[in-house]
Amino acid sequence: MSSSDFPSSKANLVIVGNGMVGHHCVEQLVGKGALASFEVHVFGEERQRAYDRVHLSEYFGGRDAESLAMCDADFYASHGVQLHLGVQVLEIDRERKEVVTSAGRQAYDQLILATGSYPFVPPIPGAEGNSRLVYRTLEDLDAIRAAAANARRGVVVGGGLLGLEAANALKSLGLEAHVVEFAPRLMPVQLDAEGGAALRAQIEALGVGVHLSRATQEIVSGEEYAYRMNFQDGEFLETDLIVFSAGIRPQDALGRSAGLEIAPRGGVVIDGQCKTSDPAIYAIGECASWNGSVFGLVAPGYGMARGVAAQLAGEPHETFAGADMSTKLKLLGVDVGSIGDAHGATPGAKSYRFIDEANSAYRRLVVSADGKRVLGAVLVGDNSYYDTLLQYAQNGIKLPADPAGLILPLSDGAPALGADALPDTATICSCHNVTKGAVCCAVDAGITDLGELKAQTKAATGCGGCSALLKQVFEHELSARGVAVDKSLCEHFAHTRQELYAIVRVEGIRSFDELLAKHGRGHVGCDICKPAVGSILASCWNQPITDPLLIPLQDTNDTFMANMQKNGTYSIVPRIAGGEITPDRLIALGAVAKKYDLYTKITGGQRIDLFGAQLHQLPDIWGELIEAGFETGHAYGKSLRTVKSCVGSTWCRYGVQDSVGMALHLENRYKGLRSPHKIKFAVSGCTRECAEAQSKDVGVIATDKGWNLYVCGNGGMRPRHAELFATDLDDDTLVRYIDRFLMFYVQTADKLQRTSVWRESLEGGLDYLKEVIIDDSLGLAAELESQMQHVVDSYECEWANAIADPEKLKRFRTFVNDGRGDPDIHFVREREQRRPARAHELHLIPVAEEAL
Amino acid sequence: MSQSNAVRKESLGRVIHWRALCSSHDLVANSGVVAWHEGAQVALFHLPDAANGKTLYAIANKDPKSGANVIGRGIVGSLKGELVIASPLYKQHFRLEDGACLEYPEESLQVWPVRLNGDAVEIGVE
Repeated sequence: MSSSDFPSSKANLVIVGNGMVGHHCVEQLVGKGALASFEVHVFGEERQRAYDRVHLSEYFGGRDAESLAMCDADFYASHGVQLHLGVQVLEIDRERKEVVTSAGRQAYDQLILATGSYPFVPPIPGAEGNSRLVYRTLEDLDAIRAAAANARRGVVVGGGLLGLEAANALKSLGLEAHVVEFAPRLMPVQLDAEGGAALRAQIEALGVGVHLSRATQEIVSGEEYAYRMNFQDGEFLETDLIVFSAGIRPQDALGRSAGLEIAPRGGVVIDGQCKTSDPAIYAIGECASWNGSVFGLVAPGYGMARGVAAQLAGEPHETFAGADMSTKLKLLGVDVGSIGDAHGATPGAKSYRFIDEANSAYRRLVVSADGKRVLGAVLVGDNSYYDTLLQYAQNGIKLPADPAGLILPLSDGAPALGADALPDTATICSCHNVTKGAVCCAVDAGITDLGELKAQTKAATGCGGCSALLKQVFEHELSARGVAVDKSLCEHFAHTRQELYAIVRVEGIRSFDELLAKHGRGHVGCDICKPAVGSILASCWNQPITDPLLIPLQDTNDTFMANMQKNGTYSIVPRIAGGEITPDRLIALGAVAKKYDLYTKITGGQRIDLFGAQLHQLPDIWGELIEAGFETGHAYGKSLRTVKSCVGSTWCRYGVQDSVGMALHLENRYKGLRSPHKIKFAVSGCTRECAEAQSKDVGVIATDKGWNLYVCGNGGMRPRHAELFATDLDDDTLVRYIDRFLMFYVQTADKLQRTSVWRESLEGGLDYLKEVIIDDSLGLAAELESQMQHVVDSYECEWANAIADPEKLKRFRTFVNDGRGDPDIHFVREREQRRPARAHELHLIPVAEEAL
Repeated sequence: MSQSNAVRKESLGRVIHWRALCSSHDLVANSGVVAWHEGAQVALFHLPDAANGKTLYAIANKDPKSGANVIGRGIVGSLKGELVIASPLYKQHFRLEDGACLEYPEESLQVWPVRLNGDAVEIGVE
């Protein structure tokens, strides 16, 4: 693969610029196999290899330069591409076909300019140092961070997309942020007056000052802050630093000095092949001007890079024919979308507008004079309309009879665009340019699995924004070809979990065998359906899971009521409801841990985990724990785990309710409830939220009038903030709502689906959930409550049940015919406790015992 | 501990010695237990209602992926008509009949012939 073996046989390709577009070009060249015919040299002015400028503001949110990089450190070297970082290209010698760099000369056969753009700073007297910062490179950000160290207030000049990004960055540095814009509204290019006003209201609500129609005349020393900006109308604003983000200019200096044709408004002129006026030189990205326009988004730049790479690889390529500047993004946490002719500038264009002043939301739909086509749209506050509107606009799809429905609130049943209405040319994934036609081809080629489709087409693997649409199109195409979209639990049950739950309950089925015989296939089942059905039976009837008919259904953790660890030993978590424990219980727990030499660790759920017990030790350990007053903590089950709490009004000077008391009440009520997945609660005693209730499936936060209930939050792999469900509830109402909520989840969720994912899949969303739980729209409330009461009433500690039954305890033998423990389990000591030995440590342990 | 109580010729010409491991009362219906046999760990699975009439399986207890002795604590299932045991740690499946791993063909488990002799569960060793 090394490209330096036969340099003479290859042409020299030089790429000037290692930004996102320059890097994408290299990736495309590698992907298309062009490195077989080119020796590639890349020159980057910055010391850092290509990084993600789109997410630059995350640099202040904790991401470092390395994590923003577009590729692994060895990507260039491993493909034989010569990357010269921190080397500026000073001149292009077109006569000799060489570039002159600060380090010497490099010959080229083909040259690609990908030099990008630079921030435009208007000539304002007094702008220098910390009053003349810009927001473009990692070095710029370091300068802003340094300036912010001793600052209280920061101003961004420019209220466009990048300016608002910069304001967000200042805010995340802890500064009071202000935006100064010359135009009478924010984002003047993308938004109309009403949209700008809605955005302004939302941004001001976040504490960012917005100053419109202001032209800065001069910057002088300030009185309260370091600088004073004097505006044209006599007003002024004081600040400690100023970031200019008033637009970009193409970095076309190299092309200019080399005599390439330059567009009147800047940029190296290119044709549809991205060729400049010199056929050996291409220009791509923001340094290029096509048809008089420079494209300041990454997607058109990627398109140009793809086109040039294809030409160099000798592949067919599309002519660059301009780009759709439609964009959707989150600025300062506010959804903003702009599609096509957002201003309705097309002659005869008509608009529909939706204005929600209560929530500062705004939507505008621009349609053609004949009312048949979408020309453009503006969205502020909710981008969920974006995908459908974009498909209408890009594909010229005929509008429905009442186009206003497309921007009205979705709960009114807006006509979402069905997958079948999309033409084959419709772009599904803009990041990787995957069309509906490409998805159809993949389906025709036999792909029936969504994961496989993603792997093959790369669709939905960029920003991921098209995932839902991709799934919809994929399933539609499968159905259209007569391939059933299989939602079966497994090969033994052609039902979803929800359907099986209903069958079990309606028919009163109490065993797996009965369910399999009546509604399944075969005689055995598998490790998918057995635990799922075991969980359903437990949710419905709550019989002890150690009963002989139920035992074969359980995962090992449920079978042995402990959590299996990597070496086959178990960990034990007794219930410590609400995290409250007496010194005597704590001592008892410590005594057991010490006696059995168990590795001891505090869990995230305010309890104590004891590791390293062998199977045959579990009954002895539990005998002692039960003696000391403990009961099982269900840490092994898909069931209620913990209710975390803060000390609340009992001790805390800020507490307004007894959060520990409520936590104990809730944990003792729902302990033992088996559910599609684990459930975690927390109760906070005041709005300071020390128990972190908003990251739990059920979160309760005290108010001075009662309790606020939050639902469907999650920490872990896919964090999700819980949503406020009901406010100022009294104790009884709180419990009633939680009863209904949990049972509704148990009834309708898919197997191994957390409440957060379940909530996202609920049609109708949070409002629907509120209707069902609070307004009882389905008439289910009484039934849900009585089912929960059955579970509560039939609670029994599973370990106490097992300890009392010698037959059940027989199961807890490492060997049924020998009293020894597992001789392959070895521990070493670390920080005064045991831990499993690692493979390379095993030879250090004498194993004479077994040597014969 | 275990002792030879039967010797017979298999059709392949190998001599199989039957060794008693435990009592049938030690077995758990539709699930597994583990027996010790001269340094080897044997997982015994009991399927009283098996369609093919074969109710006992003996398979090595060590999970090759984790190195832990846990196979006897997995869930018994049937995949595409073949009886399998799912490892409780990483969930890969082994055929009870011959120990072959469905997901990783290079990993397979030893299996033993097994029978019920009165109340005694016996495995065959060469």
